[in-house]
Amino acid sequence: MSDVQVPTGRDWVALAEEPLVPEVLSAWAIRPDCGAVVTFSGTARRSSTFEHEIIALEYETSTDLALSRLTQLVAIARSRWSDLGAVGIHHRVGRVEVTESAVVVVVSAPHRDAAFLAARFCIDSVKRAVPMWKREFWAGGSAWSEQCEDLVDLDQL
Amino acid sequence: MTRLRLLGPAREAAGVARADLPGGCVGEVLDAAVERFGDEFARVLARSRVWLNTEPATRESPVGLHDEVSVLPPVSGGC
Repeated sequence: MSDVQVPTGRDWVALAEEPLVPEVLSAWAIRPDCGAVVTFSGTARRSSTFEHEIIALEYETSTDLALSRLTQLVAIARSRWSDLGAVGIHHRVGRVEVTESAVVVVVSAPHRDAAFLAARFCIDSVKRAVPMWKREFWAGGSAWSEQCEDLVDLDQL
Repeated sequence: MTRLRLLGPAREAAGVARADLPGGCVGEVLDAAVERFGDEFARVLARSRVWLNTEPATRESPVGLHDEVSVLPPVSGGC
């Protein structure tokens, strides 16, 4: 995110090939009328599957389809929690090393309840409703993640 | 011809990311895809959602020259 263009509006969805920097989104979400900023960073972790130790992940998507869905998720969050300040969702694409952020959600609101609930809604919905596929890499091999779910429609969220 | 987009495991099963296929509706385009790409693709397709442009579609959804049909297998975004 070295040459990232920070938007002036209240919404910020993005797909990034470069490492995500949660602190950038956290700072962006600060608003004079918001007393709560919740930032969630989902990081690639070392885990085991197929009897191998995962060393990296790789995310594949269709940019226009994913950005369309992310934009729709933010709109739903705003419809459910009407006083949100900033709402941002960034997702990595391409190879993500262990300990790097794969996804960052940030929500600011006047009070913490709405910020926590909306941030939880956003990350849960990213996993269920955004067209994104994860490939797991280990030394000498790779495979699509078995931790996958059928893509859900927005009215199921 | 309608543009078909194949993503993730669907791309891998088909061996291509895109194809232009005949059909007047989504179902006909998918049938043409199964005929071209074979059983492994059909297996992935059976578990996939299908969108027309950026919205969910049914087999009956009509398609035009500038439409794109996307095959979206079960997803694994997030972390």
